[in-house]
Amino acid sequence: MAISTLGDVEFGEDLPAFVPDTTLETTRQFAKLVGWDGPRFTDHEGARKEGFPGALVPGILSQGYLVAMIHQWAPAAEIINVDTVFRAPVLADEDHTINGVVTDIDEDEGKVEIDLTVSNAKGETRIFGTASVKLPN
Amino acid sequence: MDADISEIREKFLNLDFDEKEFFIDPETTIEYARLCGETADRFLDVTNADFQAPPTFIASLSGRRMLPKNFPRFGLGMDAGKGVECLKPIRPGRKITGKTHLHDVYTKTGRSGRMIFVVTRIEFYDEDGSHLANADSRMVMREKK
Repeated sequence: MAISTLGDVEFGEDLPAFVPDTTLETTRQFAKLVGWDGPRFTDHEGARKEGFPGALVPGILSQGYLVAMIHQWAPAAEIINVDTVFRAPVLADEDHTINGVVTDIDEDEGKVEIDLTVSNAKGETRIFGTASVKLPN
Repeated sequence: MDADISEIREKFLNLDFDEKEFFIDPETTIEYARLCGETADRFLDVTNADFQAPPTFIASLSGRRMLPKNFPRFGLGMDAGKGVECLKPIRPGRKITGKTHLHDVYTKTGRSGRMIFVVTRIEFYDEDGSHLANADSRMVMREKK
């Protein structure tokens, strides 16, 4: 069920898991869009030559996935802030899942805090972050 | 706090060292939103009354310098994370100005030695001078021994 108002949110609830499109084609399109079209983001072999295990999903694309996930859960949510820690590379063409959990609800301010993680198929956390969002009362 | 870091903080924090103008192209913000997986019309439809750039779009905007001139190099820098603070929506089709300063410098020490974290913040303003958003880039440098 999509969240419409602050009253719909329960402390500790899990957001519906979000499967981001981490294909190399999407990663490549994004990298070119933002002007980061070096091999590490556009080509597996080129990335390996730079010492990476494969082409990387840009960190800011992963950050964008986190916010898209929040909007999927609560379409009216206004992002106040989102902070991400890049713990390990997110590799293109590998499956990843994003999970989120509500860690605080401030009814006076109309704000919700959410902890977020990007994990690979082995369950290893690659990125974690927190977001603060505003919802209608 | 280590004495050298205190000195660096005193010398460099909160002083603007770069300013750059950006045109926010609607086609670019729509494509950015689509690739991130956004589905809301306010990010994808230029005719929507609340049309705006996706909140993290500003993280893709870079100034001309990441660090101020004469900032000491402790070692190779790596991207350790990004943060975005949204104060007002970014409206595509307009110009915004980014002003860059060092927001924080701190250390963490582990078995492999000292790591220096540098947070560079770009503050974005519209043409009326209204503060729209902040984008933080966190860089970590492992100190050379």
